[in-house]
Amino acid sequence: MIFAMLGEAWRAMGANRLRTLLTMLGMVIGVGAVVLMMSIGQGAQYAIKQTISAMGSNLFVLLSGNTSSGGVRSGSGGAHTLTVGDADAIAELPGVQTTAPIHTGNAQVVYGPSNWSTSILGTTPNYLEARSWQVVSGAAFTGSDVRSATRVALIGKTAAENLFGDEDPVGKTIRIRQSPFVVLGTLAAKGQSMDGRDQDDTIIIPLTTAQRQVFGTQFPGSVRMIMVQAATQEDMPAVEKSMTGLLRQRHRIREGMDNDFFLRNLTAAADSAEESTRVMSLLLGAIASVSLLVGGIGIMNIMLVSVTERTREIGIRMAIGARERDILLQFLLEAIIISVGGCFIGLLLGIGGALLVETLTGTMVIISANSVVAAFGVAATVGIFFGFYPARKAARLDPIEALRYQ
Amino acid sequence: MGTMTDSVIRIESLYKSYETSAGLFPALKNVDLCIASGEFVAVMGPSGSGKSTFMNLLGCLDKPSAGRYVLDGRDVANLGKDELALLRNRTIGFVFQGFNLLPRMTLLENVSLPLIYCGMEREERRRRARELLAKVGLEDKADSMPNKISGGQQQRVAIARALVNRPRLLLADEPTGNLDSQTGEEIMALFEALNREGITIVLVTHETEIARHAKRQVKFHDGRIVGDQTTHNEVAA
Ligand SMILES: Nc1ncnc2c1ncn2[C@@H]1O[C@H](COP(=O)(O)OP(=O)(O)O)[C@@H](O)[C@H]1O
Ligand SMILES: [Mg+2]
Repeated sequence: MIFAMLGEAWRAMGANRLRTLLTMLGMVIGVGAVVLMMSIGQGAQYAIKQTISAMGSNLFVLLSGNTSSGGVRSGSGGAHTLTVGDADAIAELPGVQTTAPIHTGNAQVVYGPSNWSTSILGTTPNYLEARSWQVVSGAAFTGSDVRSATRVALIGKTAAENLFGDEDPVGKTIRIRQSPFVVLGTLAAKGQSMDGRDQDDTIIIPLTTAQRQVFGTQFPGSVRMIMVQAATQEDMPAVEKSMTGLLRQRHRIREGMDNDFFLRNLTAAADSAEESTRVMSLLLGAIASVSLLVGGIGIMNIMLVSVTERTREIGIRMAIGARERDILLQFLLEAIIISVGGCFIGLLLGIGGALLVETLTGTMVIISANSVVAAFGVAATVGIFFGFYPARKAARLDPIEALRYQ
Repeated sequence: MGTMTDSVIRIESLYKSYETSAGLFPALKNVDLCIASGEFVAVMGPSGSGKSTFMNLLGCLDKPSAGRYVLDGRDVANLGKDELALLRNRTIGFVFQGFNLLPRMTLLENVSLPLIYCGMEREERRRRARELLAKVGLEDKADSMPNKISGGQQQRVAIARALVNRPRLLLADEPTGNLDSQTGEEIMALFEALNREGITIVLVTHETEIARHAKRQVKFHDGRIVGDQTTHNEVAA
């Protein structure tokens, strides 16, 4: 029965090919737009997620502020308010996974004839843990390297490429501000940070070495930054509170006075970036869906015309025994075939368009099975929804009125 | 002649009025009629006398304004839309003056269409439709389109379609009206043969020549039955 009906619907559409194609065009454009927008949006979301997971999870960064003594702002040569002791104390707080004091600066690095200006990051091995940053060849430095301020370095991918080219950096000696450093290992590629910096253009050395031998601080205990990792996302609010309290207490900041440090929740910032791309891609999808709606209305319009044109045919069918539901099904099937057929073509165009965008702009696009299934579902729904009214109109015709129609 | 119990059609004080701009127009007034199984009735009368109105009511295409219509023992007034559709599909075969074939379908598909609506399998549908086309002498044209054959042939296809679901009652509203007299005679011969096989036929015509083929003539005038006679003696046997 349903096959016979499908065959008839097919024939009816074949009888008016141009009109059928034009009606499908609405669905083609709608589905194509939705699929294209969804794949671009999902690609952007994926890229952000990658950046976030490369950053490490559940992270805070503490930045040194002004020395509070007498409210005098300390210049660049002044002491930082945060100390290695602060980092150690915070590490003891419940819910804190690990902490890493950080000292950074830029320096000229030389290997043989090549030289390269890059960011030097002095820290402890905890830093690599917090950022889940792998050493791909060689090994990381250890706590004892930090204690004895040895001149060893881990080199990021970009810095390695610029200094070593194709050569293997492990075991080689580089010069950072004239001092020789042995490269212990190379770091896994991290790509861009959320603010667009190349995170691989860096060299990581022990904190103490950076302070004493590269940048020469007069206050060896003080650091510019501390990275703090909470054990879980749920711990983050509690950690933020207890950490602030602890630092205020350690820095003897009285009630009502401002903090002498800044706290940034990196994970929250990342989440909001992710949220905004999600909203963005939803918005794009919603706009594209409007064209789907327009396509659906196009189908309804044509089906109404078709019902009027075929009134007599409907009368004949009723005279030989078609029930209301038979006529309803016949016209509904036509609408569904048009919308699903349009959907199929639209899907192909949308996927083609997305791949074109990827090759032309290098933006990542993701064509998920979900969006394909959703597109088909929506198309069938649109067909049923907008086909229903005309089909019901056909089914409710009075047999004798329909037969008399000229 | 059959008794009341095996009458296919029993009509009692049937009325039908149309709504027109000039008010209600009574097209049928107080019609009573019984038609027994196996009869061949010609409905006659001048144009506008209510013949088509009457046939549409018999065919369950339209509803009476008042009165009773009992078809095959069932009061049509009590039936829902689906039950009426079922009657049109199984019990009644309707042949129109203008053939009313679906132009985009082959003859075979046209003939098998009623079988789709009773849910028959494709192979069985095609077998039955072919059988009926053979019966009306058009089996070699099964895959032709309706506009490729003559009017007489189209009417044969329409008759095959009306018969494909083996109805008890065949209704035909001026089936020869659009045909030349030679072709009309051929169609009437077909009806006679069908009636001999036992199917009840009610046929509208305003030509006496055509009505001669029927065993009983019912005359309409101004929406009333004004004559009812049985011509052939053998009918009474
Ligand atoms: N749908 C209709 N609306 C109004 N009047 C109608 C309609 N159909 C038929 N009539 C009128 O009813 C009368 C009977 O018509 P009809 O049954 O077609 O007669 P016949 O078939 O005998 O020529 C005619 O006067 C005709 O004008
Ligand atoms: Mg008439």
